[in-house]
Order: sequence, then structure tokens, then C-alpha cells
Amino acid sequence: MIEERTFRVRREDLVRYAGASGDFNPIHYSDHVATEMGLPGVIAHGMLTMALAGRAASEWAGGPDRVVELSVRFTAMVPVPDDDDGAAVVVGGTPGETDEDGLVPVALTATCAGEHVLGRAVARVRRDA
Amino acid sequence: MTADPDTLVGQSVVLPGYEVSRGAIREFAAAIGETSPLCHDVDAARAAGYVDLVAPPTFAFVPASRALAQMTDLLHAPLRNQLHGEQGFTHHRPITAGDVLTTTAMLTKVRSSGGRMIVGIDYEITDEAGGPVTTARSTIVVSGVGQ
Repeated sequence: MIEERTFRVRREDLVRYAGASGDFNPIHYSDHVATEMGLPGVIAHGMLTMALAGRAASEWAGGPDRVVELSVRFTAMVPVPDDDDGAAVVVGGTPGETDEDGLVPVALTATCAGEHVLGRAVARVRRDA
Repeated sequence: MTADPDTLVGQSVVLPGYEVSRGAIREFAAAIGETSPLCHDVDAARAAGYVDLVAPPTFAFVPASRALAQMTDLLHAPLRNQLHGEQGFTHHRPITAGDVLTTTAMLTKVRSSGGRMIVGIDYEITDEAGGPVTTARSTIVVSGVGQ
């Protein structure tokens, strides 16, 4: 098992991720746009949540270069309130048996407020014996 | 009214010349809290056998998303109406600083239902020598279609 970790995602993290990734969709920084789009308010970038899940896999495997495959479904939003606490995303993983390619499949989980925000989240990593 | 989006399935866009800088890798790593020296320290990356800083695995969406934006423009899908449904990456090698990447995006699926459009896109990211770097796929959900 990969021990569960809690990542705090605050509005400032969304701003930083927007700048670093080039994803300036206003639903990730503007409450009025997010609300017009039928969302509960500003939500985190799915790719930021995916990156946090990827970190769980890469840190277990020994580095970001060890992640050969990573795939997820975005099953629920991560609303990020405009306060000092933001949202708490809990990420964990369960490694499987080494496959015929010498890669280890890792089933990843990510939850926010008890709800699964990623589904079918799987990494395949290269890990030294 | 624009052409039926279904007719665009199979359409490709090619986006060459995405230069991966050390700064972009460091800033992306910082934005996701990735502290691995491979992403920040050139000497550490070289000691591990890489030519330069190593990008985190989801960095590949940075060049891919630029090709995605061109594709969603063809579909007349505004950015704010887009939600990410699924994402996958297969890395043939890690992206490193100094790479000059070409992303080819192909529209694989367009399905409309209940005022939404589900869009599938496959990407091939290659380096300057034409070598494979990353294969990726996205599902994007576009809201407010036909309203």
C-alpha cells in the first residue's frame, strides 16, 4: 500500500497551476463564470488532481521518470473555496504484481470530502527491485 | 449554424515547435508540489542519465493542450464550456528540457447527448528527430451545446 496523503489545494494553487500549465479556463479562478457554467463555484483543474495522484505513484516508484503510464477518469469536481483551507484531496495507491513488461501497476485513489474524484486511476511504473 | 461536428472525426491538427525550457519544468513541478531533484537540479538529472531536467509525467498535457485548443476551436467549443472527462498518458521516454516537441492531435469521437458534446482526442508527441515521446488521449465534455 502507498500511504494516504492529504494535499491542500487552495485558490493560490489553482492560480499557480494555471500559470505553469497554460490552462486559463475561468472556471478555475472565477466564481461568477463557474456558477454560470452550472458548477458549485471555482473547481480545481482535473489535471492538478491527476498530477497529485501521479506524485503518489512516482514517489513510491522512485522518481517522476519512473511513471510510464498514467490514466484517470475525472468522476467528481474538487470545489475550492476562497479561504485559507481550500480543499483537501486525499491520495493513495495499491501496487500490484510486476507485469510481463517489468512494470508495476498501481491502482490510485483520490477523494475530496469523502467522494472519489478520480476513477479507473492507474499508473504503471518502473521500480528497481 | 456550423457543420455537423461528426464530420470532423478523423481530423488532425499538428502543432510543431513546442520548446521545453528548464524554467517551464521547474515552474510546473513547483505548481504540483513535485520536489524531485530530477525536475529542479540539472546536475542531478544528468547524474541520473538524462540530458537535462526531467518533466513530471503530466507535463505532457502542456503541449497536448495547445493542440487540443486548436481542435476545440474547430468544434466551436468555448474553453469555459469544457470539462475534462478522462486523461491518459503513455510515455515512451520522459520529456526533458531542451526538447522541441511536435504534437499531432486527432479527433477520434464526437457524440452529442442532452446538450453536451463528448469529444475524444488522441495525441502523438514526438521530438525533433521524429522519435516517439508520449502517446496521450483525452475525453472532453463540452456543455451548453445547441442551447
